[in-house]
Amino acid sequence: MEAEHAYPGQRPRQVYLFGTCLVDLFFPEAGVDTVSLLEREGVKVIYPKDQTCCGQPAYNSGYHDEARIVARQQVRLFPGDAPVVVPSGSCASMMKHHYLDLFRGEPDFADVEALSRRVYELTEFLVRVLNVRLNDLGAPEKVAIHTACHARREMGVAGDADALVDQLANVERVGFTRQTECCGFGGTFAVKHGPISAAMVSEKVDCIEAAAPDRLVGGDCGCLMNIGGHMRHRGSPVKVQHIASLLWERTDG
Amino acid sequence: MDKPTRQFHVRIQEALNDPQIRANFRRAMDGLMTKRANMFPDPVELERLRDLGAAVRRNALAQLPELLERLEAKCAENGITVHWAESVDEANRIVLDICRRHSAKSVIKGKSMVSEEMELNHYLGEFGIEALEADLGEYIVQLAGQLPSHIVMPAIHMNTRQIAELFAEKLEGVGYIEDAEELTKVAREILRHKFFDADVGVSGVNFAVAETGSLVLIENEGNGRLTTTAPPVHVAVTGIEKVVENLEDVTPLLSLLPRSATGQNVTTYVNMISGPRRDGERDGPQEVHLLLLDNGRTRIHADPELRQTLQCIRCSACMNHCPVYARIGGHAYGTVYPGPIGEILMPQILGCEEVGALPGASSLCGACGEVCPVRIPIPKMLVRLRKEAVDNTGASPVKGGGAQRSFGEAATWKGWEKVHASPALYRLATRTATAMGGLPALGPLKTWASVREVPKPAAKTLHQRLEERGNSR
Ligand code: SF4
Repeated sequence: MEAEHAYPGQRPRQVYLFGTCLVDLFFPEAGVDTVSLLEREGVKVIYPKDQTCCGQPAYNSGYHDEARIVARQQVRLFPGDAPVVVPSGSCASMMKHHYLDLFRGEPDFADVEALSRRVYELTEFLVRVLNVRLNDLGAPEKVAIHTACHARREMGVAGDADALVDQLANVERVGFTRQTECCGFGGTFAVKHGPISAAMVSEKVDCIEAAAPDRLVGGDCGCLMNIGGHMRHRGSPVKVQHIASLLWERTDG
Repeated sequence: MDKPTRQFHVRIQEALNDPQIRANFRRAMDGLMTKRANMFPDPVELERLRDLGAAVRRNALAQLPELLERLEAKCAENGITVHWAESVDEANRIVLDICRRHSAKSVIKGKSMVSEEMELNHYLGEFGIEALEADLGEYIVQLAGQLPSHIVMPAIHMNTRQIAELFAEKLEGVGYIEDAEELTKVAREILRHKFFDADVGVSGVNFAVAETGSLVLIENEGNGRLTTTAPPVHVAVTGIEKVVENLEDVTPLLSLLPRSATGQNVTTYVNMISGPRRDGERDGPQEVHLLLLDNGRTRIHADPELRQTLQCIRCSACMNHCPVYARIGGHAYGTVYPGPIGEILMPQILGCEEVGALPGASSLCGACGEVCPVRIPIPKMLVRLRKEAVDNTGASPVKGGGAQRSFGEAATWKGWEKVHASPALYRLATRTATAMGGLPALGPLKTWASVREVPKPAAKTLHQRLEERGNSR
């Protein structure tokens, strides 16, 4: 991806949270835990209440005019120069990278470009901007991480989730076979190509279960909804959670 | 859903239901991914090489018309006759004419995806000319009456047992031998004779060098060398995009291609063909022809973004790393080029009416773009082609642009836009969902629910919770 990741030299005093539509409706806990983690670092979190969705579903489906109208509604919600933190690698990448393609040649391109430079995925922000130090208070357990494809390949932040979990003294981070392979979510792909997606998620869960973690965490609720949904469908004992919830739960004294 | 799309879904389901296909592809792709990874232990070096590879291909495409002219002139100097074909029909006719001029009865073929694109074997067969595939994989596939399922390893969908059964059934005097080496020996024995009986050899081309008028052809079995030297006439067929500017440009591509494809440092054979047999030379064909096929490539070249499709050096890394290809295999795509490259190339060649649904068969995971040795941004192009497939401007540069647009889907996205562009409507919608406690598992949710629990809206949305917490503004 072409956009550079530039990190502010100083700790910002306040940030915006772009919560994402999936977190808003299905995983609000992940959003609240994100706020808790950020506030503990002394950062004020502003949640613009008019936010809806980054526009990715329509964009990836080829409906770019519709995606742009929705994206434009978000762009105007983050004035000033405070960072925009997103608890999803996929939505962060949409705003950081794909908005540039979506708005190329549009009159508000400069605004979009300025915004894109301020967008961070949550684990990236915690590690590279806030340089957090976590004090683990939880019981020993094994945790596996599923990094979303867009977090890994578009945002390049796979190492940040690992680094955070590795700070938890009582947590053993376990890897699993074909860890970097897609879980089969892919937004509308899971519906348009249900059978392929089903084959992918069931093999993904086979690999995770073989490593026998107590918990699976990830930074993207789309993948978690897919993997977790399939795990509960087949009665898997593994608990599935957003990484923000794991981090907050184990360090909240 | 239109008919081609419906058929695509049927083929996908059949492939998914076939445990042999699932196992063969999974095993083969896992192996290929490991081999490639072992070839590039140093990520910095890999990225540097990819930069070089991409630059060479971009440079060639940026001056494509000029380079093709230079290639033609240089080839002529070298005694290679150059032919241009706008369409597959034209290309086939040119090959047929050459065959007829030499009263050819049999043609031996090295591996060539462009000849697959032309369906050359079938075409020549209709005129009573037998075209025999000499690449082992292609030979197996031809014997089975099938098409290649992979662009580098055409018979990758079959395991040794299946090939042993095929040989026992189709080849006279050959019993059931479940041993890859023995099977290879059998095929080699049969093919060896055919090389010397063939009147014409047809091969592909990996790179056509404009500066020198030479054709580079890499392979592992030696069939390429025999095809291009044993018969009295050699016809090389390729797409117009395969040209590179000079000999130096070939170096990074030769370094990238086999390592990305099969995880080999170099191929066993690197053939440099620079013309027919010269006076005093003891072997080589008397005539060499180069057939340059367009088949939609000029149109692809005209769009600066879509042009990147033509950077492809047909290494197959994108399909080897594609989680969708690994599960459905090559035949399910129903096109000559399967996998990610096929999903972006085929709609542009065949049109969105026929195969406009192909780019949809991707989770956009990005594994293809990550490994492509010439940095084709395949995921971006998949999205672009999805857009062209549902275009409503009437100005799509892609053949059949807009053909996949349906009223229902367009209306759904319009509705989605209305809800998500209006904060008030959005809040109303999410709060209604929250209050209802869930959505009925109908329509698309039914597909989801067949293997997954349906997610339930939370009791309170994040909007509500952060309002209470005092973060909202
Ligand atoms: S698109 Fe890239 S990875 Fe795929 S075959 Fe072509 S060169 Fe190889």
